Amino acid sequence: MLISQDDRLSFEKSKPGRRAVSLPRERFSGEDSLKSIPKSLLRQTPIGFPELSELDIVRHFINLSRKNFSVDTHFYPLGSCTMKYNPKVNEWAARQEKFTALHPLQAEATAQGMFQILWELEESLKEISGMDRFTLQPAAGAHGELTGMMLVRAYHASRGGPTRTKVLVPDSSHGTNPASAALFGYHVVEIKSNSHGCVDLEDLKRHLDEHVACLMLTNPNTLGLFEKNILEITKLVHQYGGLLYYDGANLNPLLGIARPGDMGFDIIHINLHKTFSTPHGGGGPGAGPVGVKKHLMPFLPGPLVEKTKKGFEWASPSPRSIGRVKLFHGNVGIMIRAYAYLKTLGKEGLRKVSEAAILNANYMKENLKDTFKVATEGPCMHEFVLSLKSFAAQGVHAGDVGKRLLDFGFHAPTVHFPLVVPEALMIEPTETESRETMDLFIEAMKEIAHEIVTDPEKVKSAPHTLLVRRPDDVLAARKPILSYRDQIREKVLLAEAVV
Amino acid sequence: MDFPENLRYTKTHEWITVGGTKAKVGVTEYAQKEISDVVFVELPKQGQAVQQAKMAAVVESVKAAFDIYAPVSGKITDANKALESNPALINQSPYTEGWIFELELSNPAEMNTLMTAAQYHEVVQQAPKH
Amino acid sequence: MPYLSLTEEEKKAMLGQVGVRSFDDLIMDIPASLRDPKINLPSSLSEPEVQDLISKLGRRNTTTRDALSFLGAGSYEHFIPAAVFEIIGRQEFLTAYTPYQSEASQGTLQAIYEYQSLMTELTGLDVSNASHYDGATSLAEAALVTLRHTDRPKLLVARSVHPHYRETIRTYLAGTPYKVEEFGFDEKGNFDREEFFAKLNADVAGVIFQTPNFFGNIEDLEGVSEKIRANGSLMILTANPLSLGLLKSPGEWGADIAAGEGQPLGLPMEFGGPYLGYFVTSKALMRRIPGRLAGLTQDADGKRAFCLTLQAREQHIRRERAGSNICSNQALCALAACVYMTLLGKNGIREIAEINWDRATYLRQNIAKLKNFEVDSTQSIFNEFRVKSNKPFAKIEEKLMAQGIFPGVALERFYPELKDQFLVCVTETKSRENLDWFVEALAKC
Repeated sequence: MLISQDDRLSFEKSKPGRRAVSLPRERFSGEDSLKSIPKSLLRQTPIGFPELSELDIVRHFINLSRKNFSVDTHFYPLGSCTMKYNPKVNEWAARQEKFTALHPLQAEATAQGMFQILWELEESLKEISGMDRFTLQPAAGAHGELTGMMLVRAYHASRGGPTRTKVLVPDSSHGTNPASAALFGYHVVEIKSNSHGCVDLEDLKRHLDEHVACLMLTNPNTLGLFEKNILEITKLVHQYGGLLYYDGANLNPLLGIARPGDMGFDIIHINLHKTFSTPHGGGGPGAGPVGVKKHLMPFLPGPLVEKTKKGFEWASPSPRSIGRVKLFHGNVGIMIRAYAYLKTLGKEGLRKVSEAAILNANYMKENLKDTFKVATEGPCMHEFVLSLKSFAAQGVHAGDVGKRLLDFGFHAPTVHFPLVVPEALMIEPTETESRETMDLFIEAMKEIAHEIVTDPEKVKSAPHTLLVRRPDDVLAARKPILSYRDQIREKVLLAEAVV
Repeated sequence: MDFPENLRYTKTHEWITVGGTKAKVGVTEYAQKEISDVVFVELPKQGQAVQQAKMAAVVESVKAAFDIYAPVSGKITDANKALESNPALINQSPYTEGWIFELELSNPAEMNTLMTAAQYHEVVQQAPKH
Repeated sequence: MPYLSLTEEEKKAMLGQVGVRSFDDLIMDIPASLRDPKINLPSSLSEPEVQDLISKLGRRNTTTRDALSFLGAGSYEHFIPAAVFEIIGRQEFLTAYTPYQSEASQGTLQAIYEYQSLMTELTGLDVSNASHYDGATSLAEAALVTLRHTDRPKLLVARSVHPHYRETIRTYLAGTPYKVEEFGFDEKGNFDREEFFAKLNADVAGVIFQTPNFFGNIEDLEGVSEKIRANGSLMILTANPLSLGLLKSPGEWGADIAAGEGQPLGLPMEFGGPYLGYFVTSKALMRRIPGRLAGLTQDADGKRAFCLTLQAREQHIRRERAGSNICSNQALCALAACVYMTLLGKNGIREIAEINWDRATYLRQNIAKLKNFEVDSTQSIFNEFRVKSNKPFAKIEEKLMAQGIFPGVALERFYPELKDQFLVCVTETKSRENLDWFVEALAKC
């Protein structure tokens, strides 16, 4: 079956006079907007939207959708992204008009079912993470981190004492960690990983003093290892008056197995779009609820859901709150999906999810370890990292292997991350994949390893079976063409003429 | 790799050449290869004061952003505007058309801390191969 | 447990292959004192039970379809063409990751590129990002861009900007060296020109206006951008994107950044999210834009292709030196907006704006005739306007809610001085009968 090769933009398919949507014709007021509104307030320039029929548009977008890989069509072993299956009942729940047609400012008494979901979701997240209270406002993991850093700052400011200027992050951390801390003027200090890939305790001690505001940690870390010294790490940071921030990007292997709250973390964000199965949507929306221990509760953004005798209502935030971090109440549609997922899981399901996630990762690692170098020793948690450094002689990079995998019908793993591993390929199968799928992936990887030796050019120039091959990102960055307007301005109108 | 004798070098792979009280700065042949295709250069502002071994400009490739450090302290007197429309000049001719900024030296003695071509060559020899 | 694939036999065999006797051998690194926490959650439900529960909870809500709603104030009830849901429900869009692997994501990338193209058309500015979280956070990031770009310490914000937007900006800037200052509004609810000009000084990095503003008024920004430019500051404008079918665009007003809420472009209200932050700037600010950008290029065989571009600005490359930490955005919401705008097309966007204006105008004409309510019929509006009641609004709201009407948003909750005033919103979803009934009900209050 052929996928349409037509790569024209909707703008380029436009024909003057075509239209898709039918709108009511009748006007009620008897006034003419062009006369009643002063001309100086009216738009003068035309809007260059395309003109197409509904079929044109539907076909346009459905054909575009077919140019994507997705969880529902392909295995997506993208490390630290937790591309697990997105259950359909969650989608069904979130699309119910009884939720989509609720206004965020309508009276509390008229949305009690909605409140119940938000309240129960918070209760569940508290139980699972071992924290005392959550704000559901943050829209994504990075937004949660931002909120977390605000909480850190507000907490230390409320206590007086030494100026805390440093935020510590391991060198294997996600890029969002240092970026979040730096946004608030914190000096970001990287802590080295030891030879096992965990936080180097000696290096940590060297950087610990009364100026440390916080240590941000992903546990398991991005190498897929559980920080076995975690209790010592959190104790040490606390001794110096610093706070512990848990980046929940890698929470998937810990459900029902261990809780960040018990490890000593003060603040945590959870990515509902990773661990709690909500879809990634091509980059979002997600949701990044932030949980805290008691001593940080007064600083949470409001409003929070409160259960009273009259039912659920919004509680005004405490006067010490950092203030709202978002419009209204966060990405509620994502919360409904996560709620449905948690109902399906129940307390029995939690541990099963994490066990299967860990077992799948170890199975894949075991089957790949003779062909590729694994960056760490011993069992992994939910993900592991291969280093393709040994293929330097053939001039093949991790990214090339990722591209070649596309030809085998697999999405590439995370490539060139974490930065501490040269030529890294980071693999996270998640719990929802079957053994057969993993076996096919392992076979493909072995075949590619063989190709690297026998025909490295084939790997370096991959993919060969997709609609496009290696879009030129250097050209794109040197001469940015970011809209149809740019195309007209730069006269890059025809597909062939992009130079 | 070519490291002209008349230039002085830093461990962070910048070169500098002095004429009177002013000096021109760019990145070495080795650096441009490591950076790969330069797609954008964030130039320093005229009149901006820079300190030896502190960031003065940023060179971006598609996959990374590299800090360019001032080899010596001084005040920026000029920046290579040609890089704004053609950042590839850094790849094509790192020592001539690909220069990045010019500065007025505030402490000429700092020049003595920099390396000769031969010394720099040795540094590059020891750098890890990718 | 659904969604898991491994059978018990498979698990056993896999553990054997991995070389351990039991699962616990795989998690030895976790200190024993942490393991097996007691988690107090209800037992799992089957799918029919989950569906039942969701339906039951849904029935406890009174939606804006069950009632007759005139609520707006930043979240709007609009007609959404059925094709929008069908397209964004396509699993290849819904369950795809961020398009870092461009060959495997040409669909998402082209859709983002088209979204960016539509947003530049609508706002009259040059460069749009691929989306931000929502209007409030998008404005906060815009504020940061102006502060960094001009290297000045102060932000000026009109008090007629949505209260949640202003609060979010304050939260983002608290504890930084930057300061936020506000300027007020006049009797009619339009920004106070005198106060604004008085506060526009050499410390000001950026100025934020909203039009139609929080009260629904179209702000007259004549001469404003010239003054801001002459002062060396940048102008940020947040506008209801749907109103731009009819009203002057941010580009035409001379704004440097258009940032705000894209929910009216085909997204349901959904109790507040997920929505869509739009962010569009002049070319001069292109490298300061937070978040992702899709660009047009060609592939190794010279074919047209799309990819994410200018990524060296972003956190995954610049880490602590990135201008913003955003990673996940609102891609699927941007896709919905993209499909919505394409469906409306060149003429539809203008018509829908006119219909909103016409129906709001009709309702205002009729409320003007009531003796217990006051409206300002001389004020230019789009689809929202202020109503002043002679009686306590709480009582009126209670009475109307009993009849299944959500009369609007009480302004006192955001502006204590605006007692017994409320904000009424009318969109194309309201018929003449709806509006007449509302007026009748108000008359009886």
